[in-house]
Amino acid sequence: MSDHDFEISFSSDTAKGQEVRERIISAMDANGFSEKDVFGMRLSLEEALVNAIKHGNGMDPNKEVHVTCHVDYIQTRITIRDEGTGFDPRDIPDPTDEDNLEKPGGRGIMLMKAFMTEVSYSDDGNEVLLVKEREVETEDDPSTVVEEG
Amino acid sequence: MSAGSTRRVEVEEVGDVSVARFVDKKILDETNIQIIGNQLVALVDEDGRKKIVLDFSNVEYLSSAALSKLLILEKKSKAAGAKLRFCGIRPDIYQIFTLTKLNKLFNIYDSEDQALEGL
Repeated sequence: MSDHDFEISFSSDTAKGQEVRERIISAMDANGFSEKDVFGMRLSLEEALVNAIKHGNGMDPNKEVHVTCHVDYIQTRITIRDEGTGFDPRDIPDPTDEDNLEKPGGRGIMLMKAFMTEVSYSDDGNEVLLVKEREVETEDDPSTVVEEG
Repeated sequence: MSAGSTRRVEVEEVGDVSVARFVDKKILDETNIQIIGNQLVALVDEDGRKKIVLDFSNVEYLSSAALSKLLILEKKSKAAGAKLRFCGIRPDIYQIFTLTKLNKLFNIYDSEDQALEGL
């Protein structure tokens, strides 16, 4: 179909991840998503792609990252799958806990959850789904943090 | 200057305070974040600066990897007895600090003038 729907696989290279990130952002721009929506998606894509490349594939150039992208007027829907062993997102400690506040790392997933309409992981933990529904412009701050059980 | 050939942080001396400004609008790219982190830490570790204001006015995007570097800078500053303040953070970016509760940890001021006052 159009450039707004595509599938792509690329080796574990953050520069290639950035190219894919910007291709998705272009598709959102073409569909008239707001700056706020694009801000949240660009940030979430960066977090998810870096997670897949670094933590999932361990930067192994022989492993690939697989991305699907669907953008329409209502929503942007992205899947990002790596070739790693997967992880359980519930194992990531709460970075806002007093004991963890000064520790670097562990904030990517909570930021994605704050900025996306939906973030979910496959059972084997090596694929993430990011959904951003078009937001109606209001004066309110729409972001809330979804707590993990 | 120290730490890397590409300067990602411009430093200006205002009295006895070093005001560091980010060159990049998007602090997302892993390689850049590494360079920025090294250059920020070098302000404390190598240059021995004791009063630092980090100006975010130019910054439109900031990832969690960049937050990690800021935390390292905060730790190094504390250990070296250096005072560190942030300023000029636009609302979108400030939201990242509030969501992660790092606004409690860092000393954040609205403007550069306010950050400089009494430092």
